[in-house]
Amino acid sequence: MSEAKQYKYIGTRSIRPDGYDKVTGRANYGADMSLPGMIWGKILRSPHAHAKIKSIDTTKAEALAGVLAVASYADFPSVADEVVASGEGSSNLLDLANNILAKDKVLYHGHAILAIGARTAAIAEQALGLVEIEYEVLKPVLDVNDAMAADAPVLHENMFTQGLAETPTKASNIAARQEFKMGDIEVGFAEADIIVERDFYTPTVHQGYIEPHACTASYDQDGQSMVWCSTQGHFDVRTSTAKLLNLNLNRLKVIASEIGGGFGGKTTVYLEPVALILSRKSGRPVKMIMDRDDVFKASGPGSATRNWVKIGAKKDGTITAMQALLHYEAGAFKGSPVMMGCMTAFTPYAVPNMYVEGYDVVVNKPKVAAYRAPGAPQAEYAAEMVVNEIADKLGIDPIDLRLKNAAKEGTQTIYGPKLKAVGLVECLEAAKNSPHYQAALKENQGRGVAAGFWFNVGGQSSVTLNMNPDGTGTIVEGSPDIGGSRASMQLMAAEELGMPAENLKPIIGDTENVAFSAGTGGSRTTFATGMAVIEAAQDVVRQLKERSAAVWNLTADQIEYQEGETFSGDNRMTVAEICAGAERTGGQITGRGNINARGAGPSFAVHLCDVEVDRDTGKVDVLRYTAVQDAGKAIHPSYVEGQLQGGAAQGIGWALNEEYVYSADGHMENAGFLDYRIPLASDLPMIDAIIVEVPNPFHPFGVRGVGESGIIPPLAATAYAVSQAIGLPITDLPCSPPNVLKVIQDNA
Amino acid sequence: MPVVEYKVPENIDAAVSMLSNTQLSTKVMAGGTDLIIQSRAQSSDPLVVVDVKHIDSMMAAVIVDGGLNLGPSMSCAQFTARHDIKAIYPGLVEAAYLIGSTQVQGRSSIGGNLCNASPAADTIPALIANGAECVIQGPQGERIVAAEDFVTGVGQNCMAQGELLTRIQIAAPQANTSDAYLRFIPRTEMDIAVAGAAVSVTLDADGTCTAARVSIGAVATTALLVPDAAKALIGTKLDEAALAAAAAAATAASKPISDRRGTVEFRRHVVGVLTRRAAVIAAERAKEK
Amino acid sequence: MAKIHVNTSINGEVVEFLCEPHETLLDVLRNDLQLTGTKEGCASGDCGACSVTVNDALVCSCLVLGVEADGAEIGTIEGVSNKDQLHVIQQKFLEHAALQCGICTPGLVVSTKKLLEENPNPTEEEARYYLAGNLCRCTGYDKIIRAVLDAAETMRGAA
Repeated sequence: MSEAKQYKYIGTRSIRPDGYDKVTGRANYGADMSLPGMIWGKILRSPHAHAKIKSIDTTKAEALAGVLAVASYADFPSVADEVVASGEGSSNLLDLANNILAKDKVLYHGHAILAIGARTAAIAEQALGLVEIEYEVLKPVLDVNDAMAADAPVLHENMFTQGLAETPTKASNIAARQEFKMGDIEVGFAEADIIVERDFYTPTVHQGYIEPHACTASYDQDGQSMVWCSTQGHFDVRTSTAKLLNLNLNRLKVIASEIGGGFGGKTTVYLEPVALILSRKSGRPVKMIMDRDDVFKASGPGSATRNWVKIGAKKDGTITAMQALLHYEAGAFKGSPVMMGCMTAFTPYAVPNMYVEGYDVVVNKPKVAAYRAPGAPQAEYAAEMVVNEIADKLGIDPIDLRLKNAAKEGTQTIYGPKLKAVGLVECLEAAKNSPHYQAALKENQGRGVAAGFWFNVGGQSSVTLNMNPDGTGTIVEGSPDIGGSRASMQLMAAEELGMPAENLKPIIGDTENVAFSAGTGGSRTTFATGMAVIEAAQDVVRQLKERSAAVWNLTADQIEYQEGETFSGDNRMTVAEICAGAERTGGQITGRGNINARGAGPSFAVHLCDVEVDRDTGKVDVLRYTAVQDAGKAIHPSYVEGQLQGGAAQGIGWALNEEYVYSADGHMENAGFLDYRIPLASDLPMIDAIIVEVPNPFHPFGVRGVGESGIIPPLAATAYAVSQAIGLPITDLPCSPPNVLKVIQDNA
Repeated sequence: MPVVEYKVPENIDAAVSMLSNTQLSTKVMAGGTDLIIQSRAQSSDPLVVVDVKHIDSMMAAVIVDGGLNLGPSMSCAQFTARHDIKAIYPGLVEAAYLIGSTQVQGRSSIGGNLCNASPAADTIPALIANGAECVIQGPQGERIVAAEDFVTGVGQNCMAQGELLTRIQIAAPQANTSDAYLRFIPRTEMDIAVAGAAVSVTLDADGTCTAARVSIGAVATTALLVPDAAKALIGTKLDEAALAAAAAAATAASKPISDRRGTVEFRRHVVGVLTRRAAVIAAERAKEK
Repeated sequence: MAKIHVNTSINGEVVEFLCEPHETLLDVLRNDLQLTGTKEGCASGDCGACSVTVNDALVCSCLVLGVEADGAEIGTIEGVSNKDQLHVIQQKFLEHAALQCGICTPGLVVSTKKLLEENPNPTEEEARYYLAGNLCRCTGYDKIIRAVLDAAETMRGAA
């Protein structure tokens, strides 16, 4: 495809079609749906990090006036030991059920045990206090190292490490081992003039979406059951909920509300099946909303990790070998994104010898969920820190070192395929040429550079484009719009149809008015659902030609289409005329796009961060920040910039202050926005976003996903900047004031 | 158990009467920024709330003879907007400004901050450094307690049931006196103090410190008055040695804990840093007066 | 618990409601009055999604009791636009793409309106600190601050 191609709608900064509702407060989110006769559901959560449930007595709670239903694990029909796809990963159905309502053991502080539906939220809350539970408290294990120890308390007595040459017969907390390799690292390290190796720690972090999980559910025996919820994938909610409740998919409608942030954390179910059980048992619609401390204690989070990286290079900066050993906490149930860590850690580099080994380990913390490029930031943080250290020790500019070793088209990846066209070199050059990189630093200031790689995914998307008799259209898609994707769909359809964007209204259909679509995750929506939109638009054009041909007594192949008009010789018809006359040419026009998109283009990112450190307190101020990323083609540049800036901000938070704090007995001590410290407006500078466009050859407009890569580089860019400012190595996140001050004082 | 009754007295006497004559747990509410959260978190007793915001004297601040008479329930937003107060007690105004967000400022008050008696309360060290007095009205009449004696423990103050904090008063400072309050938080806003230090100094014509009060917060169960830190400053021109001695005295006086906001070591070190920095700022301000 | 009868004014309209003493203004707005534009993000005053004005003070409605609305004037996001005419701040949020998921937007619009009433010409730093209590997890604040400063400039020009 030609890079110089000029577009009329794509690349403009249109006003988003859902904007008016969102700035006026009219947009309806997860907690905004109420139904006649609706009651409220509340969940009783474990006060212990690890305990057996000896007995539960709900007699007093059920006797409270206004209590209408109680739900527990026993209300799930027999749950199968099978895997269901959900969002960016997959879940074992038994684990999913057990996480939603604990069966006989609680595995983390805040683990849901049972739910009560009552006339008001206050009554439900009061009733929870009347439930009597007897526990046998067990010793918790809260760190991946401790969990892997031979004498560690074991969470699951039926869990035997997968991925070893021989499956062990003794249960342990190590769910699985993975390895990826290419070349021969021994040979690579032997060629190296310099070898740097370090251990790194990254804490448990939360996606931190501002909207808590919420849903309203209504059970109906006639097969009209309905769940309204805030989710990144309502089809996945339907799949999981239907499986857990043994329903056929056509008996459950899931409506995606507007979603108040997800970042991967809303790709699974917590409340929805419970609300439906309470609705079934009470005969009333049920609303459930997580409190903020529930969100922290029992949803998300992202894995804490302990990773070791070793890299060797020649004096000229040629990297000869890269090795990593990764340990990822999965939380209470297996399934950390360690495999993604293994696959992404070194992918920005064209190095022949690599070896990565990864462990998936359970601990007494909430089950992790996807978090923006799940698994990648932790592993790439460790890798990028060591790459920077090598550059420093060799006296080579860190961008030059990366340019010398940069992955490009044809580079062999550790996970199998060779890279197709990618834009890492272009991102590095843009960063190097930025005014930011030229700017001088002062005392106690430091600069960090880091690269990031994320695959991006495609997958199934379905779109119908219903043309109206006046020639306008409604785009019905199945991908929840989490950050403005409706605007992109509108622009792509407008481009394809040559019609003004405002004549095409994009909406998110529920699970009954559009066919299955995978969730909004993996940076797939603008890419894959966009392709489905384009296909649906092309289908409309095909039919417009057929209808025109019928009117003009020609064949469709004699008709041209351009800028909202069909023509052939002197014949011309506008879309509005064709649609108005559709009644006489065979009925109304609907375009369809049902695809399983292949060819997702990886998006590389390169970030620059300047910080100043107060050496007396360890406090870090971010002074300047630049995020460069390859978008392939930016359909709506403002929202692409927004993804780069938002990813950077989350990554800065991860680097500087965000972490789960647990007491020794496993209680989460900072389950709120007061002490789980996400960045504030006053914490950040403007974030310069530089969009690089190296088209993805597998998308009609060259689109790559942009949602995730941007959270990867900030960890190392920020932490390395701190390290430069204080002249000492940083290995553990977060770079919070006590941690940074300790590094300074320990080396004083 | 949440709030079960809400009362709105129109004057001090009515408020004291409501606070005295009650069977249920009864609390004064001004801005409610602490109380409403606590009422939700505590699953114990039903709570009666006495909202004192409709009593004019509780909501007003007046400068009297160069000193301050402060209605304890005046919102921090209104307090910090008062340039006449800021001209006299810039450190106290800064402390009030640091409490929470703009939204919390719209409700929170210095009296509430004091009565809530959090070890990390921002305005308490500033009140102590300025020698503030707390006027308490009860069924038996009025009494006055020094700010440093008002808080008796974590979440505990010296008031008995039926008593109401009706006024905070600060005498007019001597010439060439000023104050400063600094706190340490991990972010730039919104956090609870990990450590805090308020310093008030009086300088003579040649810049020698003739009087000082130093108070530190978030490093013990209550904000502390640190006479040794003040002594280190008095008689000096706040040179390096004096500042270092004051910092060391603050560190020595601190008795912090490790928690989700900071470690013992960190707090002990940082409270010294803050004391030194606050002393320098207070002295600069005193020189300008 | 007996419900309390409250007479108030919301966005200039006389409103009366019954509420229990423990209910917050946020609960009342959302659950009793169906004014769901005000969002709940934390219920502890830490996120600003529920920002409203009470007698012209910017507050978190999760930290106000519903009964306190009696005799007060309440302003919510629903009262910011003039019927179908967006406020300049709302328009600038759209033009600058200052929202992604949009859950923080109502609170930010309400707070920005108050900011610009108090300070029509804020510096970037003043805007950032004034809005520090309005958490946004999507945007990194860059486009929000640009929208706020642009709205301020436009409003000064119109004044």
